[in-house]
Amino acid sequence: MFWTVTQSLLGGLATTIEIFLFTLIFSLPLGLIFAFASMSKWKPLKWLMDVIVWVVRGTPLMLQLIIIFYGPGLWLGHNIWNGGEAGRLTATVVAFSFNYACYFSVIFRGGIESVPVGQREAGEVLGMTRSQIFFKVTLLQMIKRIVPPMSNEIITLVKDTSLARIIAAYELTFAGFSFMKSDGLTWPLFYTGVFYLLFVGILTLLFGYIEKKLDYFR
Amino acid sequence: MAILEVKNIQKSFGNTQVLKDVSFSLEEGNALAIIGSSGSGKTTLLRCLNFLEKPNGGSISVCGESLFDACQAQDWEKNLRTKRLHFGMVFQSFNLFPQYTALENVMLAEKLLAQERPDFKQNKAQIITEIEAHAKELLAQMGLSERMNHYPHQLSGGQQQRVAIARALALKPDILCFDEPTSALDPELTGEVLKVIRGLAEQKTTMIIVTHEMAFARDVADQVIFMDEGVIVEQGDAKEVIDNPKAERTKHFLARYTQENN
Repeated sequence: MFWTVTQSLLGGLATTIEIFLFTLIFSLPLGLIFAFASMSKWKPLKWLMDVIVWVVRGTPLMLQLIIIFYGPGLWLGHNIWNGGEAGRLTATVVAFSFNYACYFSVIFRGGIESVPVGQREAGEVLGMTRSQIFFKVTLLQMIKRIVPPMSNEIITLVKDTSLARIIAAYELTFAGFSFMKSDGLTWPLFYTGVFYLLFVGILTLLFGYIEKKLDYFR
Repeated sequence: MAILEVKNIQKSFGNTQVLKDVSFSLEEGNALAIIGSSGSGKTTLLRCLNFLEKPNGGSISVCGESLFDACQAQDWEKNLRTKRLHFGMVFQSFNLFPQYTALENVMLAEKLLAQERPDFKQNKAQIITEIEAHAKELLAQMGLSERMNHYPHQLSGGQQQRVAIARALALKPDILCFDEPTSALDPELTGEVLKVIRGLAEQKTTMIIVTHEMAFARDVADQVIFMDEGVIVEQGDAKEVIDNPKAERTKHFLARYTQENN
């Protein structure tokens, strides 16, 4: 039985990792774009961004996931996610990426704004372009400052992947819970917890490593 | 012909007029000191010259080339980077890039500019070697050869400011500006920075120095401008103005200054 459970949980873990990685790949750059939009001098764009962030942070991720997965089918009359497991994963990644991009955008904005104005001005008087100033001067200082809040958010993402169960995506928590439903077993639930703990443990080590790597400047 | 011509510069922030009709010129190889109490508009003037602030009126030209004219204010963004390169700027708070070593700080801008050269790809190694040699030479001139691989936080304030001077010199500006270069330093560290600036003056570097160091301004600068409430109250030969001020406000300012320092 232990082997059966392990196999099943590993299957669920694969889906969890997929959701996790794809969400990061899309939400990190999208969050940076959102951060720039929210700092835009063109007010309508800033206001639009403020409203989006308010709505996305102000409603449960689970609700957003349900709406994104079932909404198109109900409004358009056909399911754009085409049913199967792949469709469920795509819908999850779309909902998660948008949601996390909004949270990231706030962290990015804080990071960018915490870099002293003098850094940008020093770049300007040295004849650098805006993008050179961002990539060569601001970016690394911003990354150094946002590692702690980002590690919080990314660790939360690991556990939020379990919400995908609501649209029947077969992820880790779904896998562990199925043994309680079918066989009345509770120990697979604790076993599932161990999987999450190991996942988060690895991430914690990784963030510690990054923080240490960026320790060479202040 | 003067290397720098500044005519009728005006600058307001909201309803506060910080610069009211400021005009002066500077000859090549001369050092100009700008003195005056806090809030007199000295720093704003330097920031206008470095295109960090956009003046509301007036004109700026370098070597006879018009860089700014309020009548064509829409051209502000045009060639902004090239226009900025006529001036170098040393900030009060150094503003070194913390993630780069002293040497990398000095090399960065020159390297980025070199990347725009059409022959960069072909002669990359050679160009980088030249830039590095130039940067090392500048740091040696600042007495920092031993420290070139240190990060800013590993350097004292005086050393950081000297790196900042080397960084500004790396792009060979026509005019080097200093915004109170020693104000953020502990008193015992101001000497090493002033010595470097004095050395530059001896080499006939064209400079504008905003400073509170009166004795230094008197010795090193060729001309002095005294500013108060956004206007130039008095200008002329440095020793003449500081030793025998003519205007009432200059006398008052210098008298108060000597009192405080005795």
